[in-house]
Amino acid sequence: MDPFLTSRIVSDILGGLTNGVIYGLVALSLVLIWRSTGILNFAQGAMPMIATYIGMVVFAHEFSYWPCVAISLVVGFAIGGGTERLLVRHLYGKPEINPIVVMVGFLIVLEGVAAAVWSTEPRGIVNPFSPIDFQLGGKPIAMSAFSLYEVITAMVVMTLVAVLFRYTKLGLQLRASALAPEVSRLLGVRVSRMLTLGWVLSMGVGTITTILVASNFFTGLTPQVMDGIFAFGFIAAAVGGLDSPVGAIISGICIGIILQFVGDFLNSNYIILVALGILIVSLMVRPNGLFTKSSVRRV
Amino acid sequence: MIVVEGLSVSFGAVQALRDVSFEAQTGKITAVLGSNGAGKTTLLRTISGLKEPASGSVMLNERSLLHVKPENIARLGVGHVPEGRGVIGEFTVEENLRLGAMMAKVNLSAGLEEQYERFPVLGERRKQHAAKLSGGERQMLAMARALIAQPSVLLLDEPSLGLAPLVTSQLMHSIHDLCATKNLTVILVEQNASTALRISDHAVVLHLGSVVANDVASKIAADEDLRRYYLGMVE
Repeated sequence: MDPFLTSRIVSDILGGLTNGVIYGLVALSLVLIWRSTGILNFAQGAMPMIATYIGMVVFAHEFSYWPCVAISLVVGFAIGGGTERLLVRHLYGKPEINPIVVMVGFLIVLEGVAAAVWSTEPRGIVNPFSPIDFQLGGKPIAMSAFSLYEVITAMVVMTLVAVLFRYTKLGLQLRASALAPEVSRLLGVRVSRMLTLGWVLSMGVGTITTILVASNFFTGLTPQVMDGIFAFGFIAAAVGGLDSPVGAIISGICIGIILQFVGDFLNSNYIILVALGILIVSLMVRPNGLFTKSSVRRV
Repeated sequence: MIVVEGLSVSFGAVQALRDVSFEAQTGKITAVLGSNGAGKTTLLRTISGLKEPASGSVMLNERSLLHVKPENIARLGVGHVPEGRGVIGEFTVEENLRLGAMMAKVNLSAGLEEQYERFPVLGERRKQHAAKLSGGERQMLAMARALIAQPSVLLLDEPSLGLAPLVTSQLMHSIHDLCATKNLTVILVEQNASTALRISDHAVVLHLGSVVANDVASKIAADEDLRRYYLGMVE
């Protein structure tokens, strides 16, 4: 094969992987909330955006990168838990359109508040990782220290979530609360706490994702920083199946790689069209998602 | 011991239970019998906290269970095997049992082994999803999951529903043996009155939410009118 073409394909795969793990994380955070409470959180990008502003901008002058990450995470957990207790709890059992409208409204409010407080100017986040691509045989490949940091962090988060759900008592209670809340209560599981914890966990994943996106030298932090990425993450969650964390991650990574090829070999204007095409075709072929086993899905 | 006193429960305008009173003694099986819509399931759901009563009281060893959340009632030692068994089909047999053992103060592996010894088929299928079990196996799993938490009270809602006569007979014997060996307070809701009366010490007959008979099981089994008009036991 032509060496130039080979290097182009390798670069697209690496670049797509970097984007794909981010879409996978967004999809995972959506699935965590959907599975536990049956709510599609349209403010999933905006809520951790606030946590990221508080941790990475407000405290940026006092602390270095890692303490700011920790602060953002704590704030993200608090926003997740607080939102479930104060806002979302009143929506359980209501018509399905109600939580959708409320969460879209919440998204608009949060982005408005962030713009009013911090302006819409991108805020660069200084981080310890170089954005300059590595060289292979004297030529740059689409992987930098920062990209590597993104991919490794995403993989660690995904593994931790998988281990939590599969191998711990807490994960067993979280899954049981989502699948059979009444039976779980009869077995002594504090379902109400588990629902809150589902939102806390989801917001933890969301905050890490937002920090990774905003730490990118070419992106920066803005109130709308997660809007476009949320769209691709949502598509990944729908394609993989809203009930399937594994499906969310795999489809996120696949969509990232496919769209990278589209942008490189066709035209970057086609990226959103292809993404929506993937969504439509997958919903026609497997309406419940490629990786979900359930036969009924509320949308 | 469970003491139910003057219990009334409503679903909107419909009164499901009216002034129901009875005692379920420790180490004894109390059968709750009656036709469809008599209020049997509502009675169990009220005892385990899933339904708030309009009036009356439920006491567990002199402690009131009113306004206590279901999860806290479970933690007090009340095991409830709901109608339809309530096993989680997406979980394996072992995951269902691990969930049941969550509140137990015993060693998990010892608890699992005890249940696999009692119900050997569950041990053979421990890695299988509960959705793939037969009706009888699911019932065993539901019982094992309740028992692994070492409850002092066991509420069983229609355990024989959908089971073959032979399986029902084996199940009833298991319930009887468990009650005797573990000194459990068992409240057994059944439509299959003759089977339930055979293993029960005491029985309460409900009709349209009211108690029409409350006596030792043998007397209820011998009462021709009760058998004919309320229990559907026509000779």
